[in-house]
Order: sequence, then C-alpha cells, then structure tokens
Amino acid sequence: MTTTTTKPRGSQAAKAPAFDSAAIRSDFPLLQTQSHGKPLAYLDNAATSQKPQAVIAAAARYYTTYNANIHRGVYKLSVDATAAYEAAREKVARFINAPSEREIVFVRGATEAVNLVAATWGMENIHSGDEIVLSEMEHHSNIVPWQLLARRTGAVIKVIAISQHGELAMDHYAQLLSDRTRLVALTHVSNALGTINPIERIVSMAKARGIPVLIDGAQSIPHMAIDVRKIGCDFFVFSGHKLYAPTGIGVLWAKGELLEKMPPYQGGGDMISTVSFAGSTWNDIPHKFEAGTPHISGAIGLGVAIDYLGGIGMDAIAEYEHDLLMYATKQLNRIPGLQIIGTAPEKAAVISFIMENIHPHDIGTIVDGEGVAIRTGHHCCQPLMDHYNIAATARASLAFYNNREDVDRLVAAVEKVKEVFN
Amino acid sequence: MSDLRDLYQQTILDHTRKPRNKHEMPDATSTADGHNRLCGDKIRLFLKVNAGIIEDISFTGNGCAISTASASMMTEALKGKSVAEAQPLFELFHTMLTSPMDQEPDLEALNKLAVFSGVREFPVRVKCATLPWHTLQAAIKNQDAPVTTE
Ligand SMILES: Cc1ncc(COP(=O)(O)O)c(C=O)c1O
Repeated sequence: MTTTTTKPRGSQAAKAPAFDSAAIRSDFPLLQTQSHGKPLAYLDNAATSQKPQAVIAAAARYYTTYNANIHRGVYKLSVDATAAYEAAREKVARFINAPSEREIVFVRGATEAVNLVAATWGMENIHSGDEIVLSEMEHHSNIVPWQLLARRTGAVIKVIAISQHGELAMDHYAQLLSDRTRLVALTHVSNALGTINPIERIVSMAKARGIPVLIDGAQSIPHMAIDVRKIGCDFFVFSGHKLYAPTGIGVLWAKGELLEKMPPYQGGGDMISTVSFAGSTWNDIPHKFEAGTPHISGAIGLGVAIDYLGGIGMDAIAEYEHDLLMYATKQLNRIPGLQIIGTAPEKAAVISFIMENIHPHDIGTIVDGEGVAIRTGHHCCQPLMDHYNIAATARASLAFYNNREDVDRLVAAVEKVKEVFN
Repeated sequence: MSDLRDLYQQTILDHTRKPRNKHEMPDATSTADGHNRLCGDKIRLFLKVNAGIIEDISFTGNGCAISTASASMMTEALKGKSVAEAQPLFELFHTMLTSPMDQEPDLEALNKLAVFSGVREFPVRVKCATLPWHTLQAAIKNQDAPVTTE
C-alpha cells in the first residue's frame, strides 16, 4: 500500500499467521473494559495505543524479578537488567532495519528525539541564514524545536505547502530546496490527516543536493514496516507508546557517522567515559546520548511490543488496517453534513472529520457517552488547522485491534450527535 | 452515568443555533480576546460601558455549543447591568460549574444561567462555559492581551 512498505523480514514472514482480529483483541486487557457502561470502542490510537498483556507483564516481570540499575553492577540482577535493556535495543534495530544497534538511542519519545537532534546536530551544523525545510502538516514537536534552534542560530524555516487533499506540494518542495538548505525535517504520516508522504522521493531529492533528512516516524511506525536504509534518511524518530509499548520510551535512530560527530545532549552518569575536573570524555555511541538512569522497564516493554508485532507481521497489520480505513471512510462519508479532512490517496488509518454547524468538541463529548473514544481539537497541528481555516477536527484513528463493529459504533454515535443537534 | 440531556438542554441548543448579540461593535469602549487551547475556541468580546453601566455587550468568534451558548446568554444576562454586578454573577456561575455534585448551587440567583448546571457532570467542558466570562473579566480590566482558560 505504500512505497516504503518492505517485505517482512526472516522470522516475521515465517511466523505471520492468518489475521485473527478477535484473538488479537483479547490480548489487550483495556479493550475488555467499559466506558460509561458501554463496551469501549477505542479510536484514539494516534494519540496513544493500548498495551498487550505481554508488554504489561514484561514490565511487571522486570520490577518483580530483576529490577536493578544497568551498566553499573557486577551482580546478577544488574547483569540481567542490562542484558534485557540492550536486547531491546537490538530488537529496535532489527525492527527498523538499522545497520547496527549502536545507532539506536533511547529517549523519552519522538519529541525528545527531535529536540536532541536540534540541540546537538543542529547547533553544530546550522548557522545564521541557513534554511530548515518543514511542512505545513507537521506536529508541533517537529516545528517548535526547529523554531528554538532558528532563534538561537538565525536560521530560517521554510514550509512545504499542502494541497486541499492533504498531500505535500512536491513542486513547492523542489523549489524550496536551495544551496542554503541544511535540513529537511518531515513527518512520514500526518497524525491529523493520515496522509502517507512519499518520503523515499523526498529523501532522494534532498540527497541529490547533499541535504540531511529527519523523518518523524511517530505515526508511521505503528502502521507499516519501516526500513530506514531503504528510506535513506539520516534521522528517524518515534515514540514507544504509539507502538503498543509503555509511555516515556522512544527512539532516535541516526546514522552512526552522524552520532559519532554529534556532541552529547545531556551530561551525567552513563554518558561519560572518564570524568575529571580538568575535563571529561564521552562514552561510545549510543550511550553518549543516554545520560542518567534510563526508562529500563519501558525499553524492555518496547522490545516485547516489537516481538508481539513480529508475531503478527507489520505487512499483515498494514493490510488489515487499510481495509478497515476504507470501510470507515465509506461509512462516515454516508453521513450527510460530515466532511472528511485529509483525502490523500495514500493514507494510514486516521480519519479527521468535521460536521456542519457542530463543533468537534461537542461531537467528542456525545460520542464519548456512547463508549466511543475519539480525539477532538487541533491535534498539535495548529498551522495545519489554519491551512484548512478550521479550529479543530474530530479524529478517529484505528489500530489493528479495532474492527468493523468499532467503526459501526462510531457511525451510530455520530448519528446520535446529529439527533442532539437537530 | 452523566446525562447528555443535562448538558445539551434545549435552551442551550437554542442559543447555539441562534446566538444573541453575536456581532462586532464598532463603538465598543473595550474589547478582549479569549482562547481555549484545548478545543481551539476563540472569542472576542465587545463592551460599551457608560458611567459604570454595561450599555451594550456583544461577541464574535467560533466555539463549541457550550461556549457559544454561554457567551450568548452572558450577554443577555449582563446588558443593562452595572459592571459591579458582573463579578458576583461570574462567581456564582463558576461555583455552580465547579461545586461537588451533592452540593446544591444557587440556581435562583443565576436565573436563566442555571441551565448550565449540567456542565458540572462534564468536567472537561467547564472551561467552555467559563471562557466568555474570563474574556469578560479581561475586557472589564481593559486588557489587550488575549486571555486563556489555563
Ligand atoms: C506526527 C507526530 N510526531 C510527533 C509526535 C510526538 O510524540 P510524543 O508526544 O510521544 O513525543 C506525535 C504525537 O502525537 C505525532 O503524532
């Protein structure tokens, strides 16, 4: 369904069973709960995902059986904890086809990863008058860190326009690339529109001019197989919590040669090799960027989430979700007065919509009463809302544990919204 | 379970569909902008105050049903009243929206504004109902900086 989807690798392909939505659903304890006395239809997966029992159990197992700090102790618990933490790093590397686990930096999430790159690589490589190319559909977390950098350095931000359907204007992008462009930072999938951007083309156009590219994969990684080598970018960032893993853990992947050259982000324990008051030296990558005690249980949980997804197969997930997206789009389009915002041909399972004379906030409250959880607001994309000249949308975002019944419940709840207002 | 009918009362829906005093006011003596970051609601409030009396009050902007109706009903409640009367009314209104469910708010003193009592059951919506009032306070103080509901 997308040019960046890769074939499942090795064991994933062999293991991938037929897609069993009911069995998958039963793996997620929270999906068995009720909301306002009704079964929960959780359709806010772009904000955060629910966690499978395996992930919850892995965190509990760490705390009950081998909780210890890592990289420090000689005793067994610490050795076990270190091994589990580092094993998670290897799993992440394989999951995105990174050449080496040395290129996987654990951070708090996509936001921290972008800030890390801006504060380290950005401060060294971006100077007054240099240009950073972003797009109109970026999440605030891929805008504001660059604005902070621009304010410090005197760099200039250029913004790729989008079409009414929510696709990047590729002509405009081509025009924006100049001799002063030092970085292209772009979202892979829009969290507000669902648009899947043609990032391989975008990267190759930048690379033709030797310009580095950062891809915000926060919304693509849960929905499709990611291969950072095939994408060809320099930085790829994502959050664990949108990938069925705990909150507070995320990943910065960067090419090893860049990480080697980048100065440290934060100073503290673990990131050093030697410390003296005459001066300190840095640990090897990726540890140079991981100051202090990290989110050990989070990283372990992320590794387990990746194992869990591997058992299903990212391509199977992409296919199932695409089918569900088509169904949901068709059903919602049948409702008179409802307009979907974001109608690009290549989309991940995100549907933003507005309704005539009914504010998204009211839609959210009323469907919540029916046990249907959706997001309403600007989705941390105020420039995008300005583009459409709206203050907010209602957004349903689907995961592979959602089914047609969830979609039908949403549609019925939206009908109820109309009843209240008409 | 919280009842939607308590929130979306007929009177509220009526004011949402046909907001009263929703227009600009070229001869306003003071204006203020309000912004609810959570839902993106924006309101601009216009006041014409003469000798301490709110001679005219109007608003413009874009908001949800609750904030629109609240703005509309606030303008109706305050037109002709003194500026000094506005503050205690806001305090009563605010108390009604934030008091525990088992406490009877002073619905009588609030008069028509009592229709917003159902908002209590929807804590995330309280800011929608109070945005016009916060904006009013800013207009009274004649501040130019936009207020937020934070
Ligand atoms: C496209 C995109 N980028 C970045 C982020 C930031 O992720 P986090 O808040 O987990 O750091 C999000 C989260 O909503 C997102 O949707």
